[in-house]
Amino acid sequence: MTDTFRNRIDLEMTVNGEPIELTVPAARHLIDLLRTDLGLTGSHAGCEHGVCGACTVIVDGETVRGCLTLAAQLQGAEIWTVEGLTESGAIADLQKAFVERNALQCGFCTPGMLASAKVLIERDAVPSREGIREHMSGNYCRCTGYEAIVDAIETTLRGRAGGDAR
Amino acid sequence: MTIRFEDPNRPNSYIGRTVPRPNAGRLVKGRGRYVDDILLPRMVHVAFVRSPYAHARIAAIETSQAKSLSGVLAVFTGRDLAEVCTPWEGRLAHLEGMKTPPQHPLAVERACWVGEPVVAVVGRTRADAEEGAAMVEIEFEALPAVTDIRTALDPETPVIHEAFGDNLCFRKTNEKGEVDRIFAEAHTVVEESFKTARHTGVTLEPRVILADWSEAEGEMTVHVSNQAPHMLQVLLASHLGIPESGVRVICGDVGGSFGVKVHVYPDEVATAAIAKILGRPVKFSSDRLEAFTSDIHARDHEATGRIALDETGRILAFDVDDWTGIGPYSIYPRTSAVEGLQVTNLIGGPYEFDHYRCRTSVVFQNKGICAQYRAVGHPVAVAITEGLVDKAAAQMGLDPVEIRRRNLIRDDAYPRTTAAGLKLEALSHHKSLDALIEAMDYEALRSEQASLREKGVHRGIGIASFIELTNPSPFMYGIGGARISAQDGCTVRMDPDGSVVALTGVTEQGQGTEAITAQIVAEAVGVSPGMVRIVTGDTRVTPFGGGTWASRGAGIGGEAALQAGRAVRGQVLAVAAAMLQANAKDLDIRDGIVVDAGTGAERMPLAEIGRIVYFRGDTLPKGLPRELMQTRHFLTSDYPYAFTNGVQASYVEVDAETGFVKLLKHWCVEDCGRIINPLLVDEQIRGGIVQGLGAALFEEICYDEAGQLLNGTMADYLVPMSGEMPDMIIRHVETPTAESELGAKGAGEAGTAGAPAAVMNAINDAIRPLGGSVTHMPFTPERVLRAIGAIGK
Amino acid sequence: MKASIGGYARARSIEHALSLFAEADGAGRYLAGGQSLVAALNLGASAGDMLVDISGIEALRGVRIEGDRLVIGALTRHSEIERNDLVARHVPLLAKAAPLIAHDAIRNRGTIGGSLSHADPAAEYPACAVALDAIFNLEGPNGRRDVAASEFFKGLFETDRAEDEILTAVSVPVAQAGERHAILELTRRSGDYALAGLAIVVRGDRHRIGAFGLGDRPLLCEGAMAALDRGDVDAAATAIADDVDPMSDIQASADYRRHLAGVVLRRLAAELGVAR
Repeated sequence: MTDTFRNRIDLEMTVNGEPIELTVPAARHLIDLLRTDLGLTGSHAGCEHGVCGACTVIVDGETVRGCLTLAAQLQGAEIWTVEGLTESGAIADLQKAFVERNALQCGFCTPGMLASAKVLIERDAVPSREGIREHMSGNYCRCTGYEAIVDAIETTLRGRAGGDAR
Repeated sequence: MTIRFEDPNRPNSYIGRTVPRPNAGRLVKGRGRYVDDILLPRMVHVAFVRSPYAHARIAAIETSQAKSLSGVLAVFTGRDLAEVCTPWEGRLAHLEGMKTPPQHPLAVERACWVGEPVVAVVGRTRADAEEGAAMVEIEFEALPAVTDIRTALDPETPVIHEAFGDNLCFRKTNEKGEVDRIFAEAHTVVEESFKTARHTGVTLEPRVILADWSEAEGEMTVHVSNQAPHMLQVLLASHLGIPESGVRVICGDVGGSFGVKVHVYPDEVATAAIAKILGRPVKFSSDRLEAFTSDIHARDHEATGRIALDETGRILAFDVDDWTGIGPYSIYPRTSAVEGLQVTNLIGGPYEFDHYRCRTSVVFQNKGICAQYRAVGHPVAVAITEGLVDKAAAQMGLDPVEIRRRNLIRDDAYPRTTAAGLKLEALSHHKSLDALIEAMDYEALRSEQASLREKGVHRGIGIASFIELTNPSPFMYGIGGARISAQDGCTVRMDPDGSVVALTGVTEQGQGTEAITAQIVAEAVGVSPGMVRIVTGDTRVTPFGGGTWASRGAGIGGEAALQAGRAVRGQVLAVAAAMLQANAKDLDIRDGIVVDAGTGAERMPLAEIGRIVYFRGDTLPKGLPRELMQTRHFLTSDYPYAFTNGVQASYVEVDAETGFVKLLKHWCVEDCGRIINPLLVDEQIRGGIVQGLGAALFEEICYDEAGQLLNGTMADYLVPMSGEMPDMIIRHVETPTAESELGAKGAGEAGTAGAPAAVMNAINDAIRPLGGSVTHMPFTPERVLRAIGAIGK
Repeated sequence: MKASIGGYARARSIEHALSLFAEADGAGRYLAGGQSLVAALNLGASAGDMLVDISGIEALRGVRIEGDRLVIGALTRHSEIERNDLVARHVPLLAKAAPLIAHDAIRNRGTIGGSLSHADPAAEYPACAVALDAIFNLEGPNGRRDVAASEFFKGLFETDRAEDEILTAVSVPVAQAGERHAILELTRRSGDYALAGLAIVVRGDRHRIGAFGLGDRPLLCEGAMAALDRGDVDAAATAIADDVDPMSDIQASADYRRHLAGVVLRRLAAELGVAR
């Protein structure tokens, strides 16, 4: 190992609002950093090649795939996972809608679904059902058939837009 | 006292209501506890070196380089594990003539499919174990691979297991009546070939097991993502030489199962064996790439079928020849013959006819092992049946609804035994079809289709009736010698404050077992569901049971819960009667309070009963029973299975220039008997439908002729995603089974059973005017376009 | 699988990145957004790479007008291309292409330079670059050079970029008045790689068509272009069958993809109102 190339990386970042300092192997994925190093097991590794969306978390305000992001690239980043989003109440309405509509069965996809949906419900416009389906099309769910998820997001969007939450 | 289900205003009327799932609130906060979330002190990880060959002799294994890595703790070969673990054979005694060779946790002399585990490497982390696995060198001598189904039995095809003399695992013909004569004399005979692609379950949580052997206590604790904890307990005990009481299997949160997680997998047994050798916790967490080669596959059927009808469009006979390839071993302990067997039972299931023949040929191949996966055999049988019915209707100029009306078994014609030998208690095909026609406004849809066709838009409507096997009795597996329990149990305990704990042998994979069990127990005891805590998936504490498969959780586990809850209620009322100097039959429990049954006047809260029984039992008459913990088991016995029925419809648009199929809408009317929680049933149906839509349009495991898997990632094994899926209308008819007081049948597989056939018929309805039809799934755009001749065949 | 790498270094500047790469002694690999590279590492396609992370280099960022060209920094993410006003005004083709790439979470990390360097023949940007007549700016140990998009793509995942060179920016002629851009692809599912797709630029009465998913690299469809220049859509739909050279795989056969190319061409021609 040279002075410049490292196989362990020192990182400072903010995770769920808390400052974190740690040293991780250079090949550590964000999802494994969260799950293994920080014990934030709410986010899941489903495919580890960027397709299933189970590892989707929020980095600097945008969704990313935790399995396609090396932790080494996140020096100084602000990261939010389902645990932090729950505690802050940022998606409480969305979570309530998911429970009421039974928009989850096994629950394994749910944290990633919530992260993807969060971005959508924070936009000003209320998209069509097709728009919701399209936006969520990078998150795989084997259990629900998606309709309940679309319904729950639509309900949340309407609620935030001040319309009737059906 | 019986429950007046017909009265929605009865006291404690939780059965039949939409009640949110107690575990959903936890999962939506990311507070699930899946096996890979569990870390134990001294835990190590195992990774497997898997065969890159479809068929090869293992000549030599070199592990020294792997062992030299600092992160690698141990390396095991098949011979190493054979010393602590006996092999198994997935065979059922009642499946006559069935063959399958012994299978070891790691391949010993030969590897028989791409992905078969050969060497296990234990490392401090998964990355360490993988690094070690990459350093293991195995010298393989390639052997000829058998990959084609139809030529597997040809004399010139190599035999995979030499001792057997051929590649036939199992063959059965189910025959009744005079099939040959009927077909020779029939007014109309229609014939077609069908293919259902090889699928895999793609549970979002890959398989994962964490095994921990305590030498001091003589106990193996296994955390595993599995549907049948007691089955695994018994089988691990048997193959690792531990008393059953010394194996504790815990299935906490399970990230999807669908049948993938109801089987014994060599890598999981190997993990337990390694834990026993090392005496420390060992975790195996499958990654997605090995999931595609090592999870069970399913379907992969090719069939030719024909149907005979008289001049009025009345069905006279079915004759089907079904073939399926199941990989090199029959799955343990359920066997890989059951999907084919189901096809021989289920063809023509909804219809009235007398002459029947269906043969299935189950052959070995050098591909992944096929086994039970959601709706075992049903999608195959329904596609063949409904494809033939629709083709016959088209040929005879009958509307698809009309031909079904003429042939579906009458709703008042039960009980009956079908030509295929199925015993049916009570079904509602006609009522269901009527409900479907109304829900979809069939006539309006037909006229929309006609007017759009004039504008060059090709839409199609497809209908598929089906039956679904649920609530299996021991006739399914136990009769064949498999230690798979068809009975199930529930223990209900009242705690001193009047809250209730229920421990059930059926398990939760997200379908809502905990919610419905809480509803049932709440109604049975007389408390609110919020006062009921459910415990599932721990063989140490729950009554022995079968777990969750074949849509048995609600029907069998639910009835056990009902009876156990009512037994606790009986004990509470006996104690209350003694305390109140009343007659127990004049008392009732409502919302946690003992009341006068007649007036509803409150007499005493359950907490008072609890206080007296648990802390001041001296104040009760000596000898008064006060067993506030009761266990009941339930087993179906009047019928081998509780069949359900339903009908689905699909509305599609076919792009005649590209062959792309757009799913516009989908309907399902389903009769699963008593509905315990309407929301949960609807979502089971929807999820099942989408799994069937995946089968119809997207999913296909592809191998080349040498047995190499061609699409082992989620980028190229296409699962249904939200963008292409339609909204689904779900309706119900309720015909409770009289086998149980609860009257519930299963609902978990109906969606998957009928959806592929509905889509197939819809596509063919759309493209019929263009000529051609599709019957080989999945119906890719290219296959659709070739069918209509827009590009060369 | 877990990614297996030999080491990681964060480059401060292009010069620093080049010197790190040299130091890696043949094992170097540039890492930008990582949406293709990290996936490949996780699939075990490569192990032991010395990753030179260029994602923090300021000089590779930004979108700016330089004369009559729009210069897009290599690190510009797909999601930025989607939203950038300059791109929308001057190179609408890229703004239309970006939303077609995979899904939000991928577009938030993936970069245009990474996508072009990866050179997936079914990806949208390479074909757009060919249709736009883009010029790629490369910088390596031997200095800077420019390569035309049509010369850049050499084959399946193969480009003219030497391993130690960095694609620093893409330079695209700004759209002239009346210029029209369109892109259409056919995918099995939303966000999937295309079975067949065409990107088209109409500049005056001249057409440029870049094809993706229809060969081992993005292809400039000269036969169809000439036919469209004449306003002959039928001839273009016929010619494109010879312009493209698709491969067969488990998703679709070459014949089918070739057929789709003609369908896509007709649909684009209709969208753009090309005369028959």
